[in-house]
Amino acid sequence: MAEFSLPKNSQITEGKSWPATTGAKNLKEFRVYRWNPDDGKNPRIDTYQVDRDDCGPMVLDALLWIKNKVDSTLVFRRSCREGICGSCAMNIEGQNALACTMGIDECQEHAKGRKTAAVKIYPLPHMPVLKDLVPDLTNFYAQHASVEPWLKTDTLAPEKEWPQTPEDRAKLDGLYECILCACCTTSCPSYWWNGEKFLGPAALLQAYRWLIDSRDENTGDRLDALHDPFKLYRCHTIMNCANTCPKSLNPAKAIAEIKKMMVERTV
Amino acid sequence: MAPTARPTVAQPLSPHLQIYRWTWTMAMSVFHRVTGTALYGGTALVAIWLVALASGPAAYAWVAWFFGSWIGRIVLFAYTWILLHHMLGGLRHFVWDAGYGFDRDKRMALARATLIGSATLTIVVWAVALLAR
Repeated sequence: MAEFSLPKNSQITEGKSWPATTGAKNLKEFRVYRWNPDDGKNPRIDTYQVDRDDCGPMVLDALLWIKNKVDSTLVFRRSCREGICGSCAMNIEGQNALACTMGIDECQEHAKGRKTAAVKIYPLPHMPVLKDLVPDLTNFYAQHASVEPWLKTDTLAPEKEWPQTPEDRAKLDGLYECILCACCTTSCPSYWWNGEKFLGPAALLQAYRWLIDSRDENTGDRLDALHDPFKLYRCHTIMNCANTCPKSLNPAKAIAEIKKMMVERTV
Repeated sequence: MAPTARPTVAQPLSPHLQIYRWTWTMAMSVFHRVTGTALYGGTALVAIWLVALASGPAAYAWVAWFFGSWIGRIVLFAYTWILLHHMLGGLRHFVWDAGYGFDRDKRMALARATLIGSATLTIVVWAVALLAR
């Protein structure tokens, strides 16, 4: 049975409210999840006043502004700041996104007229937290590795590269762009309840990327490995994965295609 | 990747249902599960009616009175919606299983159509039933 509530040590308390910097006029409130492994306390929500006139347009800009100007202890992952490394994936205003490609104004657009004052930021959902906004992605990476995401062939390797027609190459569009940010996998309620056994949308999208690669000769074994009540079939087309993907990919569709391949090879 | 040092304290679990923003597809998935479970009770209603029918006039009269009472009608009205909602949800899943309707607009429209369709059909069924009495 799924555990809907948070364990005792994970329940969130009200944290510190940091004052605005002097002279700041255009303020935006940010409420950010904090957890410090060294102080033995429960997670807390700290409140910050970001000076929009002194800060870039993206949520990542705001986090960096907080870290540089207000509270240097705030911990989060970031690298490329242009949506290609996938490091700054987090839960912003209730949906998973990359902080670097999510605008501070854009993230509250869903609220339309009733804009909430504060931008709320949490780590990726239902993950063990290492510190503040940094989740432990060990299991996520292990699941990606388990689909053996590389070209597997039996025939002798050609002298040059493995050839592929433009049509076959086009089948990989919408799949190869995945940056493994984990936004989709950690948005999936099925993954929340069965994350140890269900591979989750990201790993399954990668599995499909190799299943339909015309050069790969391991399709049968790959399907065998996924033929399991949990690994593949815990997907119940909830579609949070496709709704949240910051690269606008569609893991739900990829999973449906794998399910179709499973049926097609038995008929 | 080099093995990272494991923290010595129990890591908290990040919040999930508590903070995740609901979407139509997510809500209709929950509705499908809940209505599917509730149909066990609905099937019991059908069984009670059939057993009463087989047991003779006295038993049937009692069940017919109960289903005709205002409480019975509320139960049957709810059962009608639950049955129709689960049926339309099943059709939605059938479309998805066939590999269609995954684009953003289509998946949201399909999810909305399940709720709007089941509510409309329930009202139509009851309007027809009450008018045909």
